[in-house]
Amino acid sequence: MTKNKSEYLIKRNKNEYEVVIGLEVHAQVLSESKLFSDSPTKFGAEPNTQVSLVDAAFPGMLPVINEFCIKQAVKTGIGLNAKINKRSIFDRKNYFYADLPQGYQISQYKNPIVGEGSVILDLPSGEKVVGIERLHLEQDAGKSIHDIDPQNTLVDLNRSGVALMEIVSKPDLRSLDEVNAYVKKLRSIMRYLGTCDGNMQEGSLRADVNVSVRKKGDKKLGTRCEIKNVNSIKFMQMAIEYEANRQVDLIEDGGSVDQETRLFDTKKNQTRSMRSKEDAHDYRYFPDPDLLPLEFDDQFISNLKKEIPELPDVKKKRFIEKFNLSPYEANILVSDIETSKYFEEVIKNSDVKISTNWITGELFALLNEKNLEITQSPISSKNLSKLINLIKDGTISGKIAKSVFEIMADGDKDPQKIIDEKGLKQESDPKELEKLIDRVIKDNEGKVKEYKSGKDKLFGFFVGQAMKVSGGKANPQLVNEILKKKLK
Amino acid sequence: MSAIVDLTLVELIDKIKKKDVSSKETTNAYIERCKKSKKLNSFITEDFDHALKKANAFDNNPNFEKKLPGIPIAVKDLFCTKDLRTTAGSKILNNFVPTYESTVTNNLWENGAILLGKLNCDEFAMGSSNETSFFGNVQSPIGENIVPGGSSGGSASALAAKLTPATIGTDTGGSIRQPASFTGTVGLKPTYGSCSRYGIVAFASSLDQAGPMTKDVKDCALMFEVMSSYDKKDSTSVDFERDNYLNKLKDSIKGKKIGIPKEYRVDGMSKEIDELWQKGIKIIKEAGADVIDISLPNTMYALPAYYIVAPAEASSNLARYDGVKYGFRSKGENLIDMYEKTRSEGFGDEVKRRILIGTYVLSSGYYDAYYLKAQKVRKLIKNDFDQAYKNVDAILTPSTPSSAFKIGEKTDDPVSMYLNDIFTVPINLAGLPAISIPAGIDAKGYPLGLQIIGKAFDEQNILNIAYTMEKHINFKNEIKSWWI
Amino acid sequence: MAIDLKTVKHISKLARISIEEKKGKKLADDLNSIFEFIEKLNQLDTDKVEPLTSIAETKLQLRHDEIKSENIRDQILKNSPNENKDFFVVPKVVE
Repeated sequence: MTKNKSEYLIKRNKNEYEVVIGLEVHAQVLSESKLFSDSPTKFGAEPNTQVSLVDAAFPGMLPVINEFCIKQAVKTGIGLNAKINKRSIFDRKNYFYADLPQGYQISQYKNPIVGEGSVILDLPSGEKVVGIERLHLEQDAGKSIHDIDPQNTLVDLNRSGVALMEIVSKPDLRSLDEVNAYVKKLRSIMRYLGTCDGNMQEGSLRADVNVSVRKKGDKKLGTRCEIKNVNSIKFMQMAIEYEANRQVDLIEDGGSVDQETRLFDTKKNQTRSMRSKEDAHDYRYFPDPDLLPLEFDDQFISNLKKEIPELPDVKKKRFIEKFNLSPYEANILVSDIETSKYFEEVIKNSDVKISTNWITGELFALLNEKNLEITQSPISSKNLSKLINLIKDGTISGKIAKSVFEIMADGDKDPQKIIDEKGLKQESDPKELEKLIDRVIKDNEGKVKEYKSGKDKLFGFFVGQAMKVSGGKANPQLVNEILKKKLK
Repeated sequence: MSAIVDLTLVELIDKIKKKDVSSKETTNAYIERCKKSKKLNSFITEDFDHALKKANAFDNNPNFEKKLPGIPIAVKDLFCTKDLRTTAGSKILNNFVPTYESTVTNNLWENGAILLGKLNCDEFAMGSSNETSFFGNVQSPIGENIVPGGSSGGSASALAAKLTPATIGTDTGGSIRQPASFTGTVGLKPTYGSCSRYGIVAFASSLDQAGPMTKDVKDCALMFEVMSSYDKKDSTSVDFERDNYLNKLKDSIKGKKIGIPKEYRVDGMSKEIDELWQKGIKIIKEAGADVIDISLPNTMYALPAYYIVAPAEASSNLARYDGVKYGFRSKGENLIDMYEKTRSEGFGDEVKRRILIGTYVLSSGYYDAYYLKAQKVRKLIKNDFDQAYKNVDAILTPSTPSSAFKIGEKTDDPVSMYLNDIFTVPINLAGLPAISIPAGIDAKGYPLGLQIIGKAFDEQNILNIAYTMEKHINFKNEIKSWWI
Repeated sequence: MAIDLKTVKHISKLARISIEEKKGKKLADDLNSIFEFIEKLNQLDTDKVEPLTSIAETKLQLRHDEIKSENIRDQILKNSPNENKDFFVVPKVVE
């Protein structure tokens, strides 16, 4: 399946090492209220204002599960082509930490809600299937703040109890590019499903990264280290790179890698051992006696299947087959659900080829420059569609269209109005064009002579002059035809 | 007319409804007696002023439709009470004032009852003699320096000493039935899922159940009726149709089949207990029930399994007491140091012992050998009962293997203390209802109880059996107010 | 099986309870006598027995995804041992 040309190897002396990576992605479930309590999940609230008695673990408080979060997890499982477990169990993971008010996290250990599945990565070298080990539901912890008070750590429990899906991959990833593609694909699928907003700045998507190295060709996996809670793809890549090299150095120096939990220091770009976790390895999991096993039937799953939208892999296939897009074009158009929606809006009434070029070209450049999401695009799909139709029917040239596009970007103006107001309509009247071309010929007698004596290359010069004189409005095709006749 | 404090709950309600006595008179009578009974140390926190205010308010605007109209009631200090300190008998919650009310106590107040105060108990309900309380030992009214049982020891003491007309406790392994048996009172541990656990300081979640402790079976039926409710805030609460237990109470058990499990005749059981049991069997026979010998073969494994499951759950449930959010905090050099000192100074020895047992049985490499094994044994014990209930309607056993003992007698030997719960623990493991009723006295004159175990949610049936037996036994709790 | 002082120290570390040296020995003795009692379970063959998963005779009730709790920060922080109107406060944690 893999034709991996982007192979990632670390060379030391005569040895080549392969890097083996697995990710445990923590995705915040999109829901109004928390997994086991009825307080809000909104990001950015004042500290401790979204905390219920349950979230702060007051004596006698009990968890009551949110049905919607269960549905979100099952939907995500379906999106990952995974086995849905009709019976799953919530366990307590016991450890002490300032931002863990219960002294345990409610999670799923031996019986998760979702079992094995897979994700297809679209790499430049082709597709690669990455195995999913499991997906389970768990509570998020609160937040410890170390930099406000010099003497103390402050604790904000707003996040405490928010539902997370932990998606565990198999150790199938082999390079930084694959990590990038994997996280983006997961994010894409969850955004299509509406189960996680994938917002990494707000911490809706974080990952624990498992890294090990082995000599190229070895079958046995090396000892792995887990790098905790990395919150951007860039940091994941930097952490992996550092960690893999650290492990290779250890081995090359005749040492060995200790299995441990490490932390990525974003200031030093290094990973380091997490001392505070050392003696907390024994989590003493056991089924949470405040809850019962979670059970649902086939009907529950089939009802949710009906709510699953067309997912990126299927959409991509459709775009390629139905619209003749290249796999590359299809990929960029489907990778984000909002982009695909925009695209499908535009092509409802417009030429697919021109639309594809304009969206992946001009529009993406504009969004990039202004650092905007497609949902914030200054040009609506409706007006872009109009612009594309004006190009297609010859009302304006591609070049004029670019200036119109620039004006549209400033307040989503109707392109037709811009053209009318600025008189940008393409000149396609042969008589007018002949007049114009006659003037060009007259003004450049010397060049005409050279052309006629065999300097064919000058033809482009005359086209350029004609366009210039017309202020760019001349229909370039007609200009070509007329020039050819006149210069014979 | 007998004194207010001598009346049963049902009699008292009748008098209040007839306006023979007011809520204020009632409340005052109890407060007066409480004030004279400090020596018993039944209370951790008194709420007398507040109770009087409430009683006045009731009298000014009485609602006699309520099931507990203007009745003052003291409750075990394991129930969270809004704006009134709740300690669970522990130093670690010494200064904790909940901003919320437990569902069970809320049901009492909704039905017209008035909070009189919070009653002493073993720390986090871990104990069988009320000797693990941070707030000191409780004296049993049956004799000086005698334990009232535990963990609901303050409740049993206060009830038997007539400091409250009825009370509520919690029962994880016998904590209602054993102190009831020790003090000559009635105690019911309902079916798991019958009374909400919301707002009750948790000991062992899969075993804890709140229940009434009363002077007689009628009072018990009424209190249970008020306490039990389906609660969406507790995922283990069961939505079943709750009866009007008092109205349906009847003293007829003709044709009922009562099982006598041979495994409860344990080694070294005293002659007195055996005789009491035989007396009970004779009574139910005379009342027209069929007595059937049954076997509950895994009974002997119940207590060991309990001492895995309960500490395991407790070790996790008590992790929240870490000095961060509420309660006692000791100063520490760093976070871990603060945790370790807070928990070391905040918890008493028995609680620490159980947390360590629980931590050990759940720790890496031991889970299967202990916790998983215990859950399997639990299944076997439940199967034993399921099997037995194919042939019988209820089961009769002694409540405890002995009568009340002296304060300090068993504190040095945890295992001998644990053996107190040998007859009560299997019922918690199986989630079943059971009631203890006073059935006689031993040579020392201390009360002894019999236990009637029912099918799940069959509280009405065991209440009826208990009611019938109570009439035949005609037990009188001869308590002289030696402490006043 | 025997629980020694080292084991007591290990589990008390896990449970975040500091144990004085002189109490540790007595504690180990207590735990040993309790475990001796618990070990009675080993007489029972449970290989083919399914463990109990829940004692409540009901199914897990699911809650609708609705926000019902309001901002109760004052209540949440009211019992906190260290006074601060916005946060819980603990000794400085160094990662």
